[in-house]
Amino acid sequence: MIKMLSGNEAVARGMWEAGVTVASGYPGTPSTEILENYALFPNVYAEWAPNEKVAVDVAIGAAYAGRRGMAVMKHVGLNVAADSFMYASMTGLEAGLVIVTADDPAMHSSQNEQDNRTFAKFGRVPCLEPSDSQEAKDMVGDAFELSERFDTPVLLRLTTRICHSASSVELGERTAPAVEPKPFPRNPAKYVMVPGNAVKRHPVIEQRIRDIAAFAETFPNNRIEPGSRSLGIITCGVAYQYAREVFLKASILRLGMTWPLPEKMIRKFAKSVKRLIVIEELDPFIEEAVYRMGIPVEGKNIFPITGEFDPRVVRESAVRAGLLPASASVPLPDVEVGTLPGRPPVLCPGCPHRPTFYILNKLKVPVNGDIGCYTLGLIPPLSAIHTCGCMGAGIGVAHGAAKAGSPEHHVAVIGDSTFFHSGIPALINVVYNRSPVTTIILDNRITGMTGHQENPGTGRTLLRQETVRVELLPLVRALGIQHVQSVAGYDVKAIEKALREYVKLDEPSVLIVVEPCALLPDVRKRWIPLDVLADKCNGCTLCFRIGCPAILKSEELDEKNQRPKALIDAGLCTGCEVCAEICPREAITFRSVETEGDAS
Amino acid sequence: MKETINFLLCGVGGQGTILASDVLVNVGLAAGYQTKQAEVHGMSQRGGSVTSHVRWGKVVYSPLIGAGEADVLLAFEKLEALRSLKAMSSGALALVNMKVIEPLTVISGEETYPSDEALRQAFAQVTSHVKYINGEEIAGSLGNLKVANVVLLGTLSALLESGGQVGAGLTPEVWLKVITERVPAKHIELNRRAFQAGREAVGN
Repeated sequence: MIKMLSGNEAVARGMWEAGVTVASGYPGTPSTEILENYALFPNVYAEWAPNEKVAVDVAIGAAYAGRRGMAVMKHVGLNVAADSFMYASMTGLEAGLVIVTADDPAMHSSQNEQDNRTFAKFGRVPCLEPSDSQEAKDMVGDAFELSERFDTPVLLRLTTRICHSASSVELGERTAPAVEPKPFPRNPAKYVMVPGNAVKRHPVIEQRIRDIAAFAETFPNNRIEPGSRSLGIITCGVAYQYAREVFLKASILRLGMTWPLPEKMIRKFAKSVKRLIVIEELDPFIEEAVYRMGIPVEGKNIFPITGEFDPRVVRESAVRAGLLPASASVPLPDVEVGTLPGRPPVLCPGCPHRPTFYILNKLKVPVNGDIGCYTLGLIPPLSAIHTCGCMGAGIGVAHGAAKAGSPEHHVAVIGDSTFFHSGIPALINVVYNRSPVTTIILDNRITGMTGHQENPGTGRTLLRQETVRVELLPLVRALGIQHVQSVAGYDVKAIEKALREYVKLDEPSVLIVVEPCALLPDVRKRWIPLDVLADKCNGCTLCFRIGCPAILKSEELDEKNQRPKALIDAGLCTGCEVCAEICPREAITFRSVETEGDAS
Repeated sequence: MKETINFLLCGVGGQGTILASDVLVNVGLAAGYQTKQAEVHGMSQRGGSVTSHVRWGKVVYSPLIGAGEADVLLAFEKLEALRSLKAMSSGALALVNMKVIEPLTVISGEETYPSDEALRQAFAQVTSHVKYINGEEIAGSLGNLKVANVVLLGTLSALLESGGQVGAGLTPEVWLKVITERVPAKHIELNRRAFQAGREAVGN
């Protein structure tokens, strides 16, 4: 059967066909839909772990226990999981272990565009890279076979353009290997990495990567597609598609395994062509390896090292380098549209994070942020995020700044899922080493930015089962925080009162702001748009300062000061009442007023 | 009938561009093309710009369309239409929904939303094959603003036929089959009417 599948859906299908027993991961664009789709197959086990390191340990545990384990994350998740990734390479496994890294060239939704192929080389682990959805599915099975044959973890590297593009896939049968129950291994020489054992393992994994390099020479996903002898292209991943599209005649060496490299195959290919180039997104990873083989090769002198490729990037770069005639260039339409208004993502109408940022903006304190929807608190007019680097960073950064004698009171802002991910150790540090940092946990009862995934605070699992809900208030108290309280997300006055008190303290404090995401299905049912009472509004603009997309400028001007009055877009307003709370003239209706109005 | 057709869809998160591109890619499959589709939607749930690339062809390699290579532009919103103008090839077909969704910077008065005149002038410099319709108005007359995307698909289907981009085998029934497979049972009739109303809007 043939189906159109996104790369992520295809990987999920591949996991099912390959009989993955335990799959664990943490949501992160562009990888999130892999586990979401895998969880829909019958009789599978998949989970959201609190973070990527835990996910990799879980997958390793399954593989130690003799069952296929898989961990799934975005590229920066592998930074979090690097420690586990590295020891898994040292120990090897009893059954297949595959780790999916979804890299994000062009940073569509990431803080960097690191090229995780380097992790494969760093960890002496093979790396597979599909070029479309069919390969994304098939390479899951290939990766497990490779893992089991060579006793190694395997990195399956995807990129945004593989994850989020759809192409047709021929579905296969479930070919899960029959696994007999067997006792957990008692093999400390292999599985206990004390120095005395580790020194013996290191030569083993160095030999293993040499063996895999020999295997790569005949790996069917490394293939030469012969063409003209004048130009040879080595390429991988989605860049292969652009190479095929743009260079109609060139010879192509498509690498499905980008670490370790098949040196003999590359030498043979290089000899068969006059000019050799590498077309790869991001780092000159293959190019440098080929160069080290002593083979003349070009790559990043022609194609960009930053961002994502597309046919145009490849074609125009090739024209500039003289690889294609000038006539191959595709002209852009000759039209000037001027500077258009941007449309950056913003906090949604009714977002429960908005009041907190409105108050933080008022207090003018430095805010050390974190990764999630609430990072959008940086956008004017809220403008209340001043640093954001990675998940879990904000609390540590605030503590460090406070310890360095930063004259202002630092506030760290973190989401519920992010707090579980890596915020807890940082908050323990604030308590243990005593800094007057105020930590705000924005608890919207879901993992928001990646599209509503369950987390340890929601009481439900990825498989939609009820579970224990980790409660934040007792958890924070148990860490030793004396000043902690929970307030409702739309209660502007309570948030302001608590924060004004906390920023004066010289002890650690935590404010937990609880309000479910306005986009959750149950919350959507309660949306009631508010209205502006035009006779009361005098165009004071205060409600514009909360940056709500549902509040527009009316064509009607206030007679006295000639400023536009406010107008609420009923199609966008959720009725959160934040604007009504801050309006000094009571010119915005509350929901209760609306109901009374309807009744009369 | 063209060998390869590159469709570029653009709009704002929440406008139904993703359903529309899903329909388009599957209509292509049903019509016997090889197809690929790519979503570019970093954080679209938060009201950002969304684009989707759909390619039909005998053989399709790249999932992305390079700038200057879109044969068909389906724009769900006026500002996004202008933003995608340079992605079109000269003389391409454009279907522009005359919907305005103001970004925050326009609401706050820092930036100005382009005028209809500027929009029409800019498009006229790139192609004479532009159709402007008001999908929301048509959808509203059917009683549900949400089917504006299916109205647009209806118009697009008729424009592709009259422009000769597709063969006679690609009948309205092929489109309707793909659409009705993707909407809840209770909305099938509404979506049929929306598609038909979109087709009829070509003559307006």
